[in-house]
Amino acid sequence: MAKNDVKVLGAWPSPYVMRPRIALNIKSVNYEFLEETFGSKSELLLQSNPVHKKIPVLIHGDKPICESMIIVEYIDEVWTSGPSILPSDPYDRAIQRFWAAYVDEKWFAAMRGLRSAQGEERKAFLDQVTEGLALLEEAFGKCSKGKAFFGGDRIGLLDIAFGSFLGWLKVTEKVNGVKLLDEAKTPGLVKWAERFCADAAVKSVMPETEKLLEFSKVLAAKMKGAPPPKN
Amino acid sequence: MADEVVLLDFWPSMFGMRVRIALAEKGIKYEYKEEDLRNKSPLLLEMSPIHKKIPVFIHNGKPVCESLIIVQYIDDVWKDKCPLLPTDPYQRAHSRFWADFVDKKVYEVSRKVWATNGEEKKAGKKEFIEIFKILEGELGDKPYYGGETFGFVDLSLIPFYSWFYAIETLGEFNLEAECPKIVAWAKRCLQKETVAKTLPDQKKVYEFVGQMRKRFGLE
Repeated sequence: MAKNDVKVLGAWPSPYVMRPRIALNIKSVNYEFLEETFGSKSELLLQSNPVHKKIPVLIHGDKPICESMIIVEYIDEVWTSGPSILPSDPYDRAIQRFWAAYVDEKWFAAMRGLRSAQGEERKAFLDQVTEGLALLEEAFGKCSKGKAFFGGDRIGLLDIAFGSFLGWLKVTEKVNGVKLLDEAKTPGLVKWAERFCADAAVKSVMPETEKLLEFSKVLAAKMKGAPPPKN
Repeated sequence: MADEVVLLDFWPSMFGMRVRIALAEKGIKYEYKEEDLRNKSPLLLEMSPIHKKIPVFIHNGKPVCESLIIVQYIDDVWKDKCPLLPTDPYQRAHSRFWADFVDKKVYEVSRKVWATNGEEKKAGKKEFIEIFKILEGELGDKPYYGGETFGFVDLSLIPFYSWFYAIETLGEFNLEAECPKIVAWAKRCLQKETVAKTLPDQKKVYEFVGQMRKRFGLE
């Protein structure tokens, strides 16, 4: 398949952008990564995602697909010769989709809150984040059934959804001086995180923590002005 | 072996209605359990421990939560009858995108009209109309969002029709004047027995909203 048949519009720090890239890597699909300039939106982005004007966008041929988890499911459905990203059992699919939605709507929302909060508010967000991780530890036990990933032997939908946040999780740990993934409280997730980050499909797209930390300072400064393009 | 299917729900919930329509479309028999959301049943708390919300779909004892996840599950399991999602991956992604748009925008913006007063309500009404104009644009001249047949996006949006009377009355506007194609589409959907039998009466919903507003101290 020609490389320029598949394009991903995105930015390297975005966990949402990582998701389709991991999925394409799992399927061994070559793609062109078109990086958006931080602080502005390209014509191509505005044309391909007129509704939300957000990254990532997958452009397959001339067709744009938007919203990171919808893109991941699309990739799984189109490139059927590669390993499956979604489980085949309908109930397992529902469970993975449930937790992926939880990670996006509840857990990462609390992580984001933690970034700018102070005092009591900060403690409240931190509690939410830790409670969420306890739930995800339990979910990991049930979904993995003793195997390496939420998806079993290989990375699946929920691994991609949650794992894409690991870079920012590490930054949050450093900035706040806390340990979020902890051998005592979340042993399963600690080992899973190592395996996820080391996986061939993930390694090349997971940003280095130091680089992300530097970027987070730029982001914080920018947030004092206009809101940055994200999601 | 007969399937045991239970739905924990609340009659005015647009999210619950989505599941009820899907079940009706597939001709699936189920036990409907009405929840009192101010006094949630032990079953609800057991089956939906994270969010404690309805609808909860229980299939042979195993719970599925979140309305669009439930609808996709139903479509996956009872796949031989009346498919709700298209088969083509791009069409599927397109349907999921718009159902997700409905999820992200329509409930919140509806709430900004029925659960507020004064300036907040005025701003809410403006946003509501903007969102529906976007939805109207996506519908275009198609009979349904799904094209020739009622599909996933139609199912995700039509339950809000039962709240239109309440929102129009409280917001003091006429949706038909602002978004005629949306109202025409809704009436077309209501010609389907599955939709007509599922959606509660608009006046009944309006009364319910009135009670909620009193409880919130808005009336």
